[in-house]
Amino acid sequence: MWFLCVFYHRLLDFRKPEVEALAELFGEDESIQWRLPEHHHNDTPFHFVHLSSEEIAQNIAKRSILVKGMYELWGEGTCYEELKDSIQSFPDSRKLPFLTSDSTFRISVETFGKALTFDEQKERIHSLTYIPFEGKVNLKNPDHNFFLMEMDESEESNGLPPIVQRRIFFGREVGFADRKLLPTFQLKSRTYLGPTAMDAEMAFLMANQAKASSGKLVYDPFVGTGSILVSAARFGAMTMGADIDIRVVRDGRGPDCNVWSNFKQYGLPAPVALLRMDNNVPPWRSGLKEIFDAIICDPPYGVRAGGRKSGGRKILRGTVDPYTVPEDKRTGHIPSTGAYSLVECVHDLLHLAARMLVMKGRLVFFFPVLRDESGSEVKFPEHPCFKLVAVSEQILSSRYSRVLLTMVKVEPYSEEIEEAARLMHLEFRENHLKWLEEGNIHSSVFKPSTDSSQIQTESKTFKDPKPKYRGKYV
Amino acid sequence: MRLIVHNMLTCNIKGVINKFPLRIEAEKVIKKEVDFNPDFLRHMLAKIEWKALVDGARSMGYTELPDHAPALESDEPFLRKFHHALLELNLEEGSLVCQESGRKFPVEKRVPNMLLHEDEV
Repeated sequence: MWFLCVFYHRLLDFRKPEVEALAELFGEDESIQWRLPEHHHNDTPFHFVHLSSEEIAQNIAKRSILVKGMYELWGEGTCYEELKDSIQSFPDSRKLPFLTSDSTFRISVETFGKALTFDEQKERIHSLTYIPFEGKVNLKNPDHNFFLMEMDESEESNGLPPIVQRRIFFGREVGFADRKLLPTFQLKSRTYLGPTAMDAEMAFLMANQAKASSGKLVYDPFVGTGSILVSAARFGAMTMGADIDIRVVRDGRGPDCNVWSNFKQYGLPAPVALLRMDNNVPPWRSGLKEIFDAIICDPPYGVRAGGRKSGGRKILRGTVDPYTVPEDKRTGHIPSTGAYSLVECVHDLLHLAARMLVMKGRLVFFFPVLRDESGSEVKFPEHPCFKLVAVSEQILSSRYSRVLLTMVKVEPYSEEIEEAARLMHLEFRENHLKWLEEGNIHSSVFKPSTDSSQIQTESKTFKDPKPKYRGKYV
Repeated sequence: MRLIVHNMLTCNIKGVINKFPLRIEAEKVIKKEVDFNPDFLRHMLAKIEWKALVDGARSMGYTELPDHAPALESDEPFLRKFHHALLELNLEEGSLVCQESGRKFPVEKRVPNMLLHEDEV
C-alpha cells in the first residue's frame, strides 16, 4: 500500500533511513520503495512510501522523530478540479468505511509555504461536499482525521530550483508523531549535562537507527553523561555504558547529579552497568561475543573533546618506559592517558562491534568529515563483518559536518575476518588525510580561513555536491 | 555493579592467564527492583557463564541459584531467581580481585574501575 509520508523539514538526510529502520523494526519484510510526487525535488517534505500494512505505517509515524504524519492518499491534483476527479476515482470500498454515520471526523487544512485566512480554510473544506461524509464532526478527538494539504511553488531565496510545485493532497491520517517526546527530553532541563551531550532529537534518531526496543541490550562505549542511552531506554531497551573519564561516569557532579540521575529524572530504568574502562585495552572475557543488540555512540572527534587511551604521552611515544607506581600511592592513582586518534578509536570501535554485536545487530555512530567542494568521494571506515546501510550528514559549520553511519553486522566474527579487518584499517589510515590521522581535525576546524588554493586536492567530499537548503543546516 | 556485567569482566593485565572470573569482595550490597523481562533474560541466559554467576551471587549474599541452569529455561520460578541474581543485586562498594595476580579493581558508587596502571598494559 502506498502512503503519503510528510516529514518535518529538517535533517533531510536522516528522514528516509529512519523510516526504513523503523519499518524493519515493526516487521516490514519487503524492501521499502519510495516515490516522489510529480515535480517535487528529493528535498521535499512529501514522499510516497510503500509499506505492507496500515499498522506498520501507524507504528512508524508514532515512534519517528522526523515523520510528521502518514496518510492514506484519497486524491491529489494541481487544482481543486483535478483533486475532485482524483478523489472521486478513489474506490468507494476504501472510502466508505471511514465515512459511516456512527463515526466522528475532522478535516484540517494545512498549507506549506503560505498562510490561509480562517475563511479561506473554511471555503476549501466546504468545497469537499462531494465526499459523502455521514458522520459527525468532532474537532477535539475524532475517530478519523482528514487532511487537506495545499502548497504553492516554494520560492527559495538562494536561487535554487523549488522543491515543491503547486499541489494539493487530500488524505486520511493513518499515523502521526508523538509531539511531546522532544519537549520532555530536551537537554535544557536535563539534570546532568556535559559539553558533548547529544541533543534529544539526535539521540532519538540514533536510537531509531539502532532499532532499540524492549528486550534488547544497547551499549555505548563513550557514554559520557548517558544522553544517547537515555533515548534507547525510553524506547524500552536495557542499556549499558562505559567511559574512560572516571569523573563523568562515577562521580558526576554529586549524588543527585550524575548519569544515574539522568535516568531517574524521566522514570527510566537505570543502565545495567556503567564502567570505567579503556576501549583500547578492553576487559572483556575471551569467550564473550554477540551480546549486544546495538552499539550506539558518538566517538570523540578531537574537536571539542579528544579521545584518550591508556598510557601517558611520553610512554606512548617511547620516551619513557612504563613506570611502576609505588605501593603506597597505588590506590587512588589515576593512570595517565594519552592521545587516541580518531582513526584508531574507530578501528577499536569496529573491532568491538564485530565481536560483541549479535548477527544483524546495528552499529550506529557519528564520524566527522571536512566539508569541501572538490568533488572527490568520502571514504568511511569499513569492516568485513559490516554492511553500511545508511549515511546521513548533519552540517555543523561551514567547515565540517558529521555523518551518522549505520552498519549492520552480516558476518560472524572470526580470526580470519579480524586479519582482513586489520589490513582494511591500515589501508584506511594510509588514505585518510595526514592531519585527520593525527587527530588534528581540531586544528582544521579552528584554523583561520585560507583561500581554497591552499586546500589539498586529495580532500574528500561527497560525489555530487547537493544544493544545500536552509533545512539542512538545522 | 550488577552480576550481568561482572560476568563479562576479566583482568586484562599483560601476562595474566587466569583472568576470569574476578572474585567479588563485597563491602556494600544493595537490592534494587528491576522490571522482569523474560525475553531479555532468555537472551542473556545463553551468554552467561553459569558458575561465575553462582559464585558471584554467593559473594553478594544470594544463595538460591541452582548449580546448573535447567534445561527447561522457560520455567518461571527459575527465571525469577535468575533475574534477581543477574539484575537486582547491586555492588555499591567493594572490589573485584584477579585470582591470579591479586590485583584489585575497585568498585565505587556502583562503577567498577577497570583502568590499568601504566606498567600493567
